[in-house]
Amino acid sequence: MAMLEIDNLHAKIDGDEGKEILKGLSLKVNPGEVHAIMGPNGSGKSTLSYILAGKEDYEVTDGSVTLDGEDLLEMEIDERAAKGVFLAFQYPIEVPGVATMTFLRAALNAQRKKRGEAEISTPDFLRLVKAKSGALGINPDMLKRGVNVGFSGGEKKRMEILQMAILEPKICILDETDSGLDIDALKVVSEGVNALRSPDRGMIVITHYQRLLNHIVPDFVHVMNKGRIVRSGGKELALELEANGYAEYQQDAA
Amino acid sequence: MPAVQETVEQVRSIDVDQYKYGFFTDIESEKAPKGLDEDTVRFISAKKNEPEWMLEWRLEAFRRWQTMREPDWARVSYPAIDYQNLYYYSAPKRPSQLSIDDIDPEILATYEKLGIPLRERDALLGIESAGGSRVAVDAVFDSVSVATTFKEELAKAGVIFMPISEAIREYPELVKKYLGSVVPVTDNFFATLNSAVFSDGSFVYVPKGVRCPMELSTYFRINERNTGQFERTLIIADEGAYVSYLEGCTAPMRDENQLHAAVVELVALADAEIKYSTVQNWYPGDKDGKGGIFNFVTKRGDCRGDRSKISWTQVETGSAITWKYPSCILRGDNSQGEFYSIAISNGRQQVDSGTKMIHLGKNTSSRIISKGIAAGYSDNTYRGLVSAHRKATGARNFTNCDSLLIGDKCGAHTVPYIESKNSSAHFEHEATTSKISEDQLFYCRQRGLDPEEATALIVNGFVKDVLQQLPMEFAVEAQKLISVSLEGSVG
Repeated sequence: MAMLEIDNLHAKIDGDEGKEILKGLSLKVNPGEVHAIMGPNGSGKSTLSYILAGKEDYEVTDGSVTLDGEDLLEMEIDERAAKGVFLAFQYPIEVPGVATMTFLRAALNAQRKKRGEAEISTPDFLRLVKAKSGALGINPDMLKRGVNVGFSGGEKKRMEILQMAILEPKICILDETDSGLDIDALKVVSEGVNALRSPDRGMIVITHYQRLLNHIVPDFVHVMNKGRIVRSGGKELALELEANGYAEYQQDAA
Repeated sequence: MPAVQETVEQVRSIDVDQYKYGFFTDIESEKAPKGLDEDTVRFISAKKNEPEWMLEWRLEAFRRWQTMREPDWARVSYPAIDYQNLYYYSAPKRPSQLSIDDIDPEILATYEKLGIPLRERDALLGIESAGGSRVAVDAVFDSVSVATTFKEELAKAGVIFMPISEAIREYPELVKKYLGSVVPVTDNFFATLNSAVFSDGSFVYVPKGVRCPMELSTYFRINERNTGQFERTLIIADEGAYVSYLEGCTAPMRDENQLHAAVVELVALADAEIKYSTVQNWYPGDKDGKGGIFNFVTKRGDCRGDRSKISWTQVETGSAITWKYPSCILRGDNSQGEFYSIAISNGRQQVDSGTKMIHLGKNTSSRIISKGIAAGYSDNTYRGLVSAHRKATGARNFTNCDSLLIGDKCGAHTVPYIESKNSSAHFEHEATTSKISEDQLFYCRQRGLDPEEATALIVNGFVKDVLQQLPMEFAVEAQKLISVSLEGSVG
């Protein structure tokens, strides 16, 4: 059994009588694998990431998701996080007045506690943050500022990766991490992500553009359209999409 | 950060709807007959062995009060208070303020339970381990002060810290000079009532050029049923003096409402500074709005001398009704007033609180930072006045009022009044209202925080600017209290 198994997932916006956004999506992610999901706007990519994280605005109408054989959809948002699900947000949220450092520590300790582990000691925590933020080129002064408050687009994304590095999740979902980044920021962020690739960790990289995949080279590429994966292949599929666009998939599915 | 974690622990350890300080101490007490007339006033005055001038002062207030009407402009509603159905004086039977060993052990136990050490030896041990600095405590139980610690050590520095009832006898000239000089007897319905029937409270005098060697604090406890508490606090910082004063309050849980109508007067002479911090945690009533304290308080500071400074910091989490506007009269040139407030309402609580900054002197400045947090079915109003007299050249004010709503059954209101009669005055006002957004909660929970942890973190972030103003030990306490107050507010 794969680490993360998504089987025939159907979902719609909660309370909305309208149409499904995901219409039978299936995907398996094994430890060590990086899967890229590409697709046109509105194909359901972000919805997939929210549903995996447990956002309450969606209703799963059919199908299943398991993490290490456990039913992920039954778990609370924070329980999923403690089990190792991490979502790097496309638009990271501001939490004014809460120093980033405080936030990181609260999150790490909350997860450790849920897993029955002891809280991290202050010196260990400071060492950990120093090492991880240094590698991402994050200025220590930024960690004193409120979470994402007044950060540039690039700073926000770097901060997401820092959180990922500190929380050491099992499965990372990166939602449009490249959006709003210039080429230099893209490089730094990608290096950060690559440093976190490990034989124990799976990643789902959601992106509209191929350019991110030059930096984070995936093992698999999936094309998503209208709530389904319509084609899967190796990394070369991304180049093909870059050249030809999504038009043929959109017609196929229509 | 550890404080946030502690907060969360605390929230967990307490059941919804449980007010930690809601116990009642069963002791014998001596009360004035129920109701209020001139005889009640005479009874209280006699109990306190007051001089004639004090009785006259009280009677004048009482006569005035009879002609006044209860104010109704605040955004609060409550059943009519029957002023004749209250006890205006209640005191533990044993003699107090003699020596610590004469205090009823039940009362000592009460304060121990509240975490307030009244034995100086314990106070030394307890507080030194917490933070190094020492705090002198005056403990007021219903209508009387039961203990004041570190009196002798303070006396060495020339600082007078004692129950006001004692100060009236021992320092009549000081009391006569300053009592009612900031909040006149005729000021308002509740202040006038207080002037007639106040029973105890603290008196502080810091002489010229003295920096008070420790934090002073008064701990108010209402215990007796159907008893109003009317404390009176008077703090005077003479020229160049400095004092930091803390005030804490709790009461037992009761089905009936209890009345609390206090008056606090601060006087800062030239170059003096007074920092006054309150953590108000009176019983707020149960989740359906039954019981709780009606808190009608008049607090005012007079920056009487040039370059003087008065700073109010308050964390208001308790009471069914809060009606409270700690204010500053900026009389001296270059004087400064500050008001930092966190007001939290949950359940059926109603808060109408704010401040007045009255600029009279030249180049006076004031700063108002108010954070209102409403949850449950509560209503939370900021009401403030900033005014500049025509002689107040160069007056400056900065006001920032932020409101945070948790849930969709509560309300936050901001009612700022600005009056400027001097064209050189410079007043700035900022106000925001926000909700803890679903997105913020989702983001925090995605990182592993449960809903209560996430809410505590977001709220603590929201009030950070004000918490920073509190003395250290108090800030930690306040942070815990905030989370406990918001208990059960996350659906």
